[in-house]
Amino acid sequence: MRWLAFLKTKGATIDMEVKTKDLWVFIETTKDGNARNVGLELLEPGRLLADAQGGKLVGVVIGGGVKSAVKSAIAHGADKVIVTDHKDYSHYITEYYAEILYKLIKKHGPTTILIGATNIGRDLAPRVACRLKTGLTADCTDINIDAESGNIAWTRPAFGGNLMATILCPEHRPQMGTVRPGVFKKGEADFSRTAEVIKENIPVKKDILRTRLLKEINETANELRNIENAEIIVSGGRGLGQGENFSYIQNLADALGGSVGASRAAVDAGWIPHSHQVGQTGKIVGPKIYIACGISGAIQHRVGMSSSDIIIAINKDSSAPIFDIADYGIVGDLFEILPILTKEIKKLREGEAS
Amino acid sequence: MNIIVCIKQVPDTTEIKIDPVTNTLIRAGVPSIVNPFDAYALEVATRLKDKEGGNVVVLTMGPPQAEKALRECLSVGADKAYLATDRAFGGSDTLATSYILSQVIKYIEKTEGKFDAVFCGKQAIDGDTAQVGPEIAEHLDCAQVTYAVDAEWKENELIVKKETDTGYDVLAVSTPCVITVTKTSFEPRYASVKSRINAAKATIGTITAENIELDVSRAGLKGSPTKVKKTFTPKVKKEGLIIHESSSEKAVKKLIDALVGVSEN
Repeated sequence: MRWLAFLKTKGATIDMEVKTKDLWVFIETTKDGNARNVGLELLEPGRLLADAQGGKLVGVVIGGGVKSAVKSAIAHGADKVIVTDHKDYSHYITEYYAEILYKLIKKHGPTTILIGATNIGRDLAPRVACRLKTGLTADCTDINIDAESGNIAWTRPAFGGNLMATILCPEHRPQMGTVRPGVFKKGEADFSRTAEVIKENIPVKKDILRTRLLKEINETANELRNIENAEIIVSGGRGLGQGENFSYIQNLADALGGSVGASRAAVDAGWIPHSHQVGQTGKIVGPKIYIACGISGAIQHRVGMSSSDIIIAINKDSSAPIFDIADYGIVGDLFEILPILTKEIKKLREGEAS
Repeated sequence: MNIIVCIKQVPDTTEIKIDPVTNTLIRAGVPSIVNPFDAYALEVATRLKDKEGGNVVVLTMGPPQAEKALRECLSVGADKAYLATDRAFGGSDTLATSYILSQVIKYIEKTEGKFDAVFCGKQAIDGDTAQVGPEIAEHLDCAQVTYAVDAEWKENELIVKKETDTGYDVLAVSTPCVITVTKTSFEPRYASVKSRINAAKATIGTITAENIELDVSRAGLKGSPTKVKKTFTPKVKKEGLIIHESSSEKAVKKLIDALVGVSEN
């Protein structure tokens, strides 16, 4: 087992020329050229780590028509932004993005790179890390500087969240890691900030393309789906008893203007599609409020939502592990509690509106 | 189609518990299973074979006991199985693992012919990195599609539906390619008594470091750029406000009062 077999290697040399001490944050963009939250979130720990490493904090933006993302990166603290902007790159294609990011890294030589652990980030980062023959730590929940060696100390869950591991990449540069969305909180935007913007026109030959996009099925219109960016999530689990009872969850989510999540048990029972699943084998979320209803809180679920700002649990079993991480909890029957809570929330919001 | 599916034998992480006294993982008695995402990958590959004809080979890298996982795969659709096992492979991180696997795949191709596609699970549930698939694609210099939920063969291309953060993309991929599979809408097939018996009798090819072209400096602990500095069990337990009330009305009122109190401070 690799986890147990760690041996410290000493006296090795770094095998890539490090041109700068800069730390890069990959600013993932939406199709309309805005920055996705995760990249902006990563500028927060990025700032501290870049200062500790004595380098600049650099945002890297790849896309088509991404002026808005560049502005956001600067407003959220980037000292410098490197941007490759071309209409061909407006939709994420592995081969294009991997080639561009690889070339940018070879040219500018950052020492550390942070990438959001989204579907795109987890597709792109290993491809680029492998091309660079460097180490990549996936799905980090904490990033620090290792006091002893000065390397980045990447901390991540393993074994379904039962174990945490701190990982170093001592002999290779850049050191790369993907970081889960919602783990770090986005700072306040300051649009009066200015920063150097370097435009890198990286032409990529179309003949490297071995994949073609045939169709895009966008489901963000469906409020139900997109839980990764939701500020409020109401989740249901086994305690709902049957699929129809997700209406209790939906009603509360609607009253709060939130999205619907689910535990693996509810997904496995076929009550709700997998895209709603929160947890190790589903989505990792970090909303402002997470309400877990009828979810016992197995560790595999907790690793998917434990970085939420406020966790509220409703469960009839007072010994359910979800209460261990809840900021607030009600022990009781969710079929009674949820309608009352929904009604009270509606009253409060009407009060706000009037 | 000629397909190779990379699988991993993993501990069933839903069965892992933490020893409350020593605060360490309890591994004893935890069953080993085929990584669930790999089972989906095998099912997608087998469905392609059922429709288009061809061959599905399964490969795992691991200790000799991983043979059990390969036999399970043989009972649910795989035609042939290979086990890559060698002390030189031990301690590999994802970069070293993917390098070894790519060299093993090239070796197997000498016997089984060129593969049109390499299928992997999206991630293994013990390491959860989701890196080995894309890194194999890079080593083999071929296209990749991650988070696939279905694939069909059409006019010499694979048409792959993949999950994105906002919905799905449908991509046409030229072969050879690497496809990593997430949870699909269908469940993997069950083994029959007959398929189990055949799987138990099947010969499994063993591949060691000596068989393949291997730069040993890129394998095992030595070939792994990432090093595990320490492991620890996560701290849980918050001192939250847990409400027990005789009536649900009272409980909800208490919760709302507490929440409103927070937002006003």
